[in-house]
Amino acid sequence: MAVCTYQTELLKVAGSGKGPAGWLRFTDASVYVDHPVHAMAGHTLNIDLRNPAEGPAARVAVELHPQAARELAEAILRSLDAVPAAVLAAG
Amino acid sequence: MSTDAFISETVTITGHGGDSIEAYAALPQDTAPRGGVIVIHHMPGYDAGTKEITRNFGYHGYNAVCPNLYWREAPGAEPSDAAATSRAQGGVPDDRFVGDAEGAMNYLRGLPNSNGKVGIIGYCSGGRHSWLANGSLPLDAAVVCYGAFIIGDTPEGIPPRANLAHLAPTMSGPILGLFGNEDVFPTPAQVDELEQLLKDAGKPYEFHRYDNAGHAFFMVDRTSFRPEAAMDGWAKVWDFFGKHLGS
Repeated sequence: MAVCTYQTELLKVAGSGKGPAGWLRFTDASVYVDHPVHAMAGHTLNIDLRNPAEGPAARVAVELHPQAARELAEAILRSLDAVPAAVLAAG
Repeated sequence: MSTDAFISETVTITGHGGDSIEAYAALPQDTAPRGGVIVIHHMPGYDAGTKEITRNFGYHGYNAVCPNLYWREAPGAEPSDAAATSRAQGGVPDDRFVGDAEGAMNYLRGLPNSNGKVGIIGYCSGGRHSWLANGSLPLDAAVVCYGAFIIGDTPEGIPPRANLAHLAPTMSGPILGLFGNEDVFPTPAQVDELEQLLKDAGKPYEFHRYDNAGHAFFMVDRTSFRPEAAMDGWAKVWDFFGKHLGS
């Protein structure tokens, strides 16, 4: 099956990431399943972590094979769940 | 007739609303009159693959120009960054696209060696754009490569694209449609519907559909590449433009 989807989840995020030009503060994220630019797959789960105020290049992008994306998402949730809520609330 | 003597370079064209936008041109360097081709990039943007396609038209003797549809949001950005920015902003508005395509058409017709004929080709979202331009502007031929959302409702969660079925009666140039039978956007049933619209409108067209091929079968650097379909598709493109854009 080949699909070109335009479906995109947009959300506000707080945090930082590192690209070739150094560290970048994120304000926005796009999440979507579509054809990748670089990964060797028909479709990947793509995440753009962005800071639009800093311009289009202020972006850390990942293209994950669907199973890898699920495993990563589950690992993220497990990591968050393993920490006492008070620690996370403390910021 | 093919030529090695063409110049490829970045140019500035006047797009929608009189805006100056970036475009990539491949221009044969002799005075013999020739047709022009507008190349519309796919959703991943004004990238190396699309510029290669533009040069291919230059090599085959056409004046070719590819407008950067993401120039306003992301001037000078790396193509995938520009595409990410455009996606986050909901994509390219249809009226703005038509204005930019008109600018590309005027640019090609204004070249000293233009024979006055201009066609358009687009891939993926550019396939929809090719249909949109051919229904809105005085063009001489249009190639639609697996254009998604020309007809049908956009599924929930996807920014709605206007259904362009109503443009079938205003198609200016003949249409060549190239589709993969394993595609889902558009499905083979939607391709049937598109064909029926052209038939009902009495518009000249030829559709070719390929087995063992889905979306983006022309893209040489993606796993969707299907060499057999792509080679046959290119042969169809050269025949079609040769017939309709020749002097």
